[in-house]
Amino acid sequence: MHIQKNPVFARAFKTAFPLTMPICVAFCAIGISYGFLMHSMGFCWLYPAAMSLFIYTGAMEFVTINLLLSAFNPLHAFLLALMVGARHLFYGLSMLDKFTGCGHFKKLYLIFGMCDESFSINCSAKLTADVDRPTFMIIVTALNHFYWVAGAIAGALLGSLINFNAEGIDFMLTALFTAIMLGQWEEHSEHRPALLGICLTFICLLVFGPDHFLLPAMGSILGALLLLQPLLSGRQRIKKTSIKTQA
Amino acid sequence: MEMTVTQSVITIVVVAAGTFLTRLLPFVLFPQGRRVPPVVRYLGQVLPYAVVAMLVVYCLKDAVFTPRHALPELLGILSVIILHKLFHSMMFSVVGGTVIYMLLLQLVFSA
Repeated sequence: MHIQKNPVFARAFKTAFPLTMPICVAFCAIGISYGFLMHSMGFCWLYPAAMSLFIYTGAMEFVTINLLLSAFNPLHAFLLALMVGARHLFYGLSMLDKFTGCGHFKKLYLIFGMCDESFSINCSAKLTADVDRPTFMIIVTALNHFYWVAGAIAGALLGSLINFNAEGIDFMLTALFTAIMLGQWEEHSEHRPALLGICLTFICLLVFGPDHFLLPAMGSILGALLLLQPLLSGRQRIKKTSIKTQA
Repeated sequence: MEMTVTQSVITIVVVAAGTFLTRLLPFVLFPQGRRVPPVVRYLGQVLPYAVVAMLVVYCLKDAVFTPRHALPELLGILSVIILHKLFHSMMFSVVGGTVIYMLLLQLVFSA
């Protein structure tokens, strides 16, 4: 095997690796749960492996399990992926200038791998002058990607080793989104977008039934948020200034 | 599983493409120097909250119409909330809530 000593790579790796350790623990844990869940739902390990490799966003991968178990509807799947991924728009906007100076291929991979955690490291890391930023960001992104896929495969294999009554394990998805929502609820004092999401989705579910409510739910949420923009974006400005005066 | 392998693969590809698009779009639409419309920034701020709430209801879509009307699920959600308030650990809330729900389903609501 040909091993090339590359000092630029080595320095960037030394800086990046310790920063990704907490994410390694978290990603392996969630990845294992994910692989385990998919195995319990009757999917072979290739599914969690391919999905964590190519979709690579926690929430949507969990939702995709549900999609795979429902009737085939690629349009739903695509629009849902856009809605769930909407937060990425925000990350992209704040990374616009940080990714310049990387080659085209590197930049595309950085954009593909821009999960919440890679974003927070790449966005905030203070690098010394001898560390090459593009190389550093690529390493952070690739390590996180690797932890995630490895965790998912490990979980799926673990699932085939352990035998137990898995009835009800699919509740993990509900528990996950409830926990995310609770976290959001506490970090933000404006609860109307969340309440709107619950109420409109529930109404659409009752009106259109479990197989056809998703599209109307997404449409009505988008419409309602756009209609309420003067109200809600105004509130956010007020909140920001009040935080500033507190600090 | 209801889907054929081809349908599953198409679904996964479509989801992967949609997700990648949300990550790619800002770089394509707003290269350096171009102003980002306020409505895009606004949606980036509020949509994540509404979408996660939507997903919670989405998870209950089939349970609502069963004879138990999502009672086990609501108890499970309640336990996630309690665990969250007590320990403030995402992993603990998710795994603990799932275990409690599984026990409820297999021991209390069985038959």
